[in-house]
Amino acid sequence: MTNAVRIPLFAGLIAVLIVGTGIVQGWNSALLILNMGLVSAIMALGVNLQWGFAGLFNVGVMGFVALGGLATVLISMPPVEAAWAAGGVGMMSALVLGALTITGAILAHARLPRRLRGWVALGIVVVGFVLYRMLFDPARDAIEAVDAASTGYLGGLGLPVVLAWPVGGLLAAGAAWLIGKTALGLRSDYLAIATLGIAEIIIAILKSEDWMTRGVKNVIGLPRPVPYEIDLQNDPAFVARAAEWGLDPVTASTLSVKIGYSALFTVVLVVILVLAQLALNSPWGRMMRAIRDNETAAEAMGKDVTRRHLQIFILGSAVCGIAGAMMTTLDGQLTPGTYQPLRYTFLIWVMVIVGGSGNNYGAALGGFLIWWLWVQVEPLGAALLGSITAGMPEGSALAAHLQDSVAHMRLLTMGVVLLVVLRFSPRGLVPEA
Amino acid sequence: MDVLNALVAITNFVIIPATAYGAQLALGALGVTLIYGILRFSNFAHGDSMAFGTMATVLVTWLLQSWGVSLGPMPTALLALPFGIAAAAGLLLATDRAVYRFYRRQKAAPVILVIVSMGVMFVYNGLTRFIIGVDDQSFDDGARFLISARDFRDWSGLDEGLSLRTTQALTIVTAVLVVAALFWFLNRTRTGKSMRAFSDNEDLALLSGINPERVVMVTWVLVAALATVAGTLYGLDKSFKPFTYFQLLLPIFAAAIVGGLGSPLGAIAGGFVIAFAEVTITYPLKKILGYLLPEALEPDGLVQLLTTEYKFAVSFVILIVVLLFRPTGLFKGKSV
Repeated sequence: MTNAVRIPLFAGLIAVLIVGTGIVQGWNSALLILNMGLVSAIMALGVNLQWGFAGLFNVGVMGFVALGGLATVLISMPPVEAAWAAGGVGMMSALVLGALTITGAILAHARLPRRLRGWVALGIVVVGFVLYRMLFDPARDAIEAVDAASTGYLGGLGLPVVLAWPVGGLLAAGAAWLIGKTALGLRSDYLAIATLGIAEIIIAILKSEDWMTRGVKNVIGLPRPVPYEIDLQNDPAFVARAAEWGLDPVTASTLSVKIGYSALFTVVLVVILVLAQLALNSPWGRMMRAIRDNETAAEAMGKDVTRRHLQIFILGSAVCGIAGAMMTTLDGQLTPGTYQPLRYTFLIWVMVIVGGSGNNYGAALGGFLIWWLWVQVEPLGAALLGSITAGMPEGSALAAHLQDSVAHMRLLTMGVVLLVVLRFSPRGLVPEA
Repeated sequence: MDVLNALVAITNFVIIPATAYGAQLALGALGVTLIYGILRFSNFAHGDSMAFGTMATVLVTWLLQSWGVSLGPMPTALLALPFGIAAAAGLLLATDRAVYRFYRRQKAAPVILVIVSMGVMFVYNGLTRFIIGVDDQSFDDGARFLISARDFRDWSGLDEGLSLRTTQALTIVTAVLVVAALFWFLNRTRTGKSMRAFSDNEDLALLSGINPERVVMVTWVLVAALATVAGTLYGLDKSFKPFTYFQLLLPIFAAAIVGGLGSPLGAIAGGFVIAFAEVTITYPLKKILGYLLPEALEPDGLVQLLTTEYKFAVSFVILIVVLLFRPTGLFKGKSV
């Protein structure tokens, strides 16, 4: 079977799955799956850029996704004037000082003579850290004291939320530049460990820097790029149109809001997919694959392997950041406590591997398929366990335990799917070229 | 100035907890480093292997407790440990048979094996959650303290108390015994020597008639034992929650890399470096400085350099610094 057959077949299968969900479980659930599927497809495209094009092993997807979420808050929430007045200046100067300290230490280390540089750099870091804490601590306390129950943070810029998507990409790109500068060019599993670490740190920052993200108190009520259900229901024109379709206003409004999101997300997915596809087939894409397949040969041909790796690492991470911002926009809230590496890093990897690493269509379709499976494993597992436990005696402890454990079927299934695909179809459902 | 009180405080709050934690990390890092040395990939499933072995130990402990078996002042989990190790060894060997062996025969690239281990991680994680759930489980029993803070205060007449929990003492003693046994095995026995030979130079080892499958099997059993012991000690010292074991992956990898991947001695050193750095940097030093500095200089704040949320950042920064300045680790490890 060639890819020309596989891709439509695969896309058709996903369409059947989603439409089937709509018929069996209701259109609301189907649209929920579709929307998150679109986001997952974009994340998978980002990972595919790194792994499929360049063979870079990034297990910090969660961190870049979370940075996208942070961007949504920083861009779209209204600023908290009182908090800015209380500690805005102090906080900004602390951050600038922190950045200056790090830059100063790096410059000192790079420029000074060998004998001195270690001590000078260390001195700059220590003095800078103390000064930073002296500025930072009072500013943080002042900001967090401002109406802690409802704000207690600086808020955002109050701009349209859609702007947060590219900004999320930029934030993720910045983090990727930092990590790539240090870890790329070392051995491949060192990059893996480094990205694993940076993701945990980003989540720790989101969870504990209350002045920026409200931490585990969550930021709720993020502005939306689509109308609110209640406004639609109060709009006579909308109600009339819903009646024409034979729907009651409540159902019609929830569905149209979700369809609005789907439309926006589809536009982003198509743009990124087209760009990725163009990149893959350009001379640049061929160079990337040449580097991936044989670094030594590519280097001998005069390609700067580390720089190209850095480039594509940043691009891929930026795509993950965009997807992360879209996801937080869809949720309407930033909940730093819910970021879990198994869900936001490793699941995306399953999508790419199952879909077909190196093939953009494959990765995107894998995103839809695995997301559908992730959502549906629970009801399917419940049905399966229900039939197993049906024969057991009433009140059996084992039966009760099995039924309680349905929620954990997901990870097991994903692991088995990944292992089976890797073993029997290592190039994925839609192989490269 | 009150040096004695300061010494007691620093021992109580930093040295003892960090030593216990360091021993746990060292045992975990030894497992990672052994797999790296023999099988030549970074095993992402190691944290979840630890969780699985510990879970088996916890289940057997509960069974023993329900039968009324106990070790007096020692935790019952010690009796259950061999069963936990056996369960983990069974699981790891079965995984090797069903999953890893195929890729070994294919001579797959290390990064493929890392991805495979990611799949294995999902499966182990799911298994553990499926069997015992995601909640905190306590399985500690026996005497809580070897030295309690109040007894120490009464005995010494100092303001500061010093406490040593049974689990902490047990952790350190067990770790020393396990490490001694491991080094004896690697350096003195025929099988251990063949493992080191295999790790140093696979082709040469094959030429001299070493059976690779046997070496791999022994490695998995050792890894299962190390992981279960490390996990059980960690669980006794803190508590058993499957997700924290997954999170331990980062400090464990950091320890193994800081020490030098593939070097057992390095893994132990790395474990202690990471543990001491983590505990010192996230512990509020106000109390200790308060004893040492004259009153005028006494700090107002807690002097906590970073909140405990950032403990991963500490292992991460150490890891990055070592990678930048000494990529093969403190003890010359492998660099493939």
